[in-house]
Amino acid sequence: MPEKSGAEILIDILVEQGVDTVFGYPGGAVLPIYDALFQQKKIKHVLVRHEAGAAHSAEGYARATGKPGVVLVTSGPGATNAVTGIADAFMDSIPLIVLTGQVATNLIGSDAFQEADTVGITRHCSKHNYLVKDPAELATVVREAFAIATKGRPGPVVIDIPKNVQVATASTDVKRPARSRFTYAGEADYAEINRAVELIANAKAPILYTGGGIINSGPAASEALRELAELTGAPVTSTLMGLGAYPASGEAWLGMLGMHGTYEANMAMNQCDVMVCLGARFDDRVTGRLDAFSPNSVKIHVDIDRSSMNKTVRVDLPIVADVGTAMRQMIDVWKGRKYKKQPLTEWWSRITGWRAVDCLSYPDSTQEIMPQYAIERLFEATKDKAPIITTEVGQHQMWAAQHFHFDAPNKWLTSGGLGTMGYGLPAAIGAQMGHPDALVIDIAGEASIQMNIQEMATASQYRLPVKVFILNNEWMGMVRQWQELTYESRYSESYSDSLPDFVALAEAYGWKGIRCDDPAKLDDAIAEMLAHDGPVMFDCRVHKTSNCFPMIPSGAAHTDMILNADQVSGTMDDEAKALV
Amino acid sequence: MHIKQELTERHVLTLTVDNEAGTLARIAGMFTSRGYNIDSLTVADISEDHTTSRITIVTKGPPPVIDQIIAQCERLIPVHKVTDLTEAGPHVERELALVKVHGTGDQRVEAMRLADIYRARVIDATVNSFIFEITGGPEKIDTFVSLMREVGLVEVGRTGIVGLMRGADAS
Ligand SMILES: Cc1ncc(C[n+]2csc(CCOP(=O)(O)OP(=O)(O)O)c2C)c(N)n1
Ligand SMILES: [Mg+2]
Repeated sequence: MPEKSGAEILIDILVEQGVDTVFGYPGGAVLPIYDALFQQKKIKHVLVRHEAGAAHSAEGYARATGKPGVVLVTSGPGATNAVTGIADAFMDSIPLIVLTGQVATNLIGSDAFQEADTVGITRHCSKHNYLVKDPAELATVVREAFAIATKGRPGPVVIDIPKNVQVATASTDVKRPARSRFTYAGEADYAEINRAVELIANAKAPILYTGGGIINSGPAASEALRELAELTGAPVTSTLMGLGAYPASGEAWLGMLGMHGTYEANMAMNQCDVMVCLGARFDDRVTGRLDAFSPNSVKIHVDIDRSSMNKTVRVDLPIVADVGTAMRQMIDVWKGRKYKKQPLTEWWSRITGWRAVDCLSYPDSTQEIMPQYAIERLFEATKDKAPIITTEVGQHQMWAAQHFHFDAPNKWLTSGGLGTMGYGLPAAIGAQMGHPDALVIDIAGEASIQMNIQEMATASQYRLPVKVFILNNEWMGMVRQWQELTYESRYSESYSDSLPDFVALAEAYGWKGIRCDDPAKLDDAIAEMLAHDGPVMFDCRVHKTSNCFPMIPSGAAHTDMILNADQVSGTMDDEAKALV
Repeated sequence: MHIKQELTERHVLTLTVDNEAGTLARIAGMFTSRGYNIDSLTVADISEDHTTSRITIVTKGPPPVIDQIIAQCERLIPVHKVTDLTEAGPHVERELALVKVHGTGDQRVEAMRLADIYRARVIDATVNSFIFEITGGPEKIDTFVSLMREVGLVEVGRTGIVGLMRGADAS
């Protein structure tokens, strides 16, 4: 019987599962796997500069391509460094396979060199995890891990592989298939679909509240959403995670909803009579104060994860199903019953009224670059190139969500659930690996970018032409904004002191560096960035104390939206302060 | 500002799970990480081929939280089935306790008399101590243990609750 080492079996199964790229960093406990990688040509390994970068790159790759991202790191510090990315992928339902080295089975539990309880540490921030103690189990475990990571609600799966299991051999003859013990929601119950369609057809003020589930369900789900919106005539809003599923240029588009969503989206959510939540989860950033959330609507919730139902908001019609399939079923029923698109004239005229508030307007300046203006110009300059946008976390992220517009899914990669600063650059690298010819831009803040800045070297090494567009306001702007609103402008530790010279830094890494602080020169500078065929770091010096509006403060109702700085009081009671 | 507490209900859940390393940690840890209560938890292998275990968890929470607990349990990969016995209807709950009492003379006689009334069996005896074995619903055991406190209770070991639905069907 032919035998292979655990490391070789691992590589074979990765290839079998269609893996072409692995993001990783070597170390003692994964040397056998690195040696097996060295001796093959099918899988490309991307050497990152920190394991957090590996995990976020794999996330970016997964979100841009729809395929699972694969991470390979060593035991102990390698694994713990990857934890933030694993937790990030868990919160945002991103399929990852994270392979971690472990000390030999006979040393586990002895506090051996670079030993960490990886399975224990990642247990509650992964969808599932394994410690493989026998190379004969590897093939089954890895196949099963891919199924778990990608099916149902996607998520990260960690496989911890002790070094002796990588070296020891096992027969390759046994083609034990992965256990098929998991059941996943697929089609919805037709009785539920019928009820949903009737509710929508009879609504006077319906709204489609869409989320990342539609992106995760695949491009067909975005197609279905467009058709459903067209058939029903209902307005569409989306969470941060769902941007691009419905085109921002579409007629029914209200913009993003939630804490920094548009006035029209939040007012429509509050005033609707039928809310159709499609692959979103009533996150606290979306609902605001729960007892004031959309008080008079009948709520339909389609989600693949049963545990999302009634988690925070009670819904009237929960439908556990794949959201793309369920929307397709709704379309079929709608057409089968020959329902007509309703004019919803009164509803749309109210929406037009809310739109007239022009909530995303901001004070203009000819002296300084307003951050919103910078995003607008970046959008104008790139919109015909179908760019993939990643972000860091902070005001720039919200401004990008508000002022950059997406017409297709898988083009907007941002850390939503965990809100991880340092996500954007590695995610851009991963996205660029998946789409070598795409224009990939990380819209960054000067503080966030420093959290994984070492990944600049990764981009240089693989000649990835990623662009990093820093809205440099010299502040942890989002923190400063909350301090201004909640703590009477006591700016505790939120100033970005001792910033590096980003242009010089870019050059040090072999990138091009561009700096611009003049609104009149901005377009030319952006053009210069786009014209360069290598990586570029753009230090865009923006107005320093702009705040991101509209804003629903933590714990406030949708109707208590702050539209501009004049409405801000500067203090908050303790109940509100206790909310994140 | 003060932290608010909500009214809670007691529920008995049974879980059918894969009998593999880490399953118990995954379930118990999920309860801790999501802030759910565990009043008692029992686990034992129940299948002929040792691949499946049954876990009985007694938990407390407001009804929507109980619903979430069930959904979160179902989400875990090694969990096959979750039944809420409290919701499902008529069921039996049993627990076993071992109760050691120390005493001589009247106290010893009284302990024996009470044990008899509660149908506790003597499984170990010395001239100045007994170990009783008692099974029953949790309330019966609670009462018995508190009576034993009066007559020289030394220590108690309890298994936690196991439960089954009444009637012919599996839960
Ligand atoms: C890893 C991590 N640490 C801390 C935070 C809290 N946080 C949220 S936004 C922010 C400031 C970000 O500053 P910057 O990157 O300059 O973005 P800006 O808000 O100025 O656009 C901080 C510290 C976080 N989200 N992630
Ligand atoms: Mg900043």
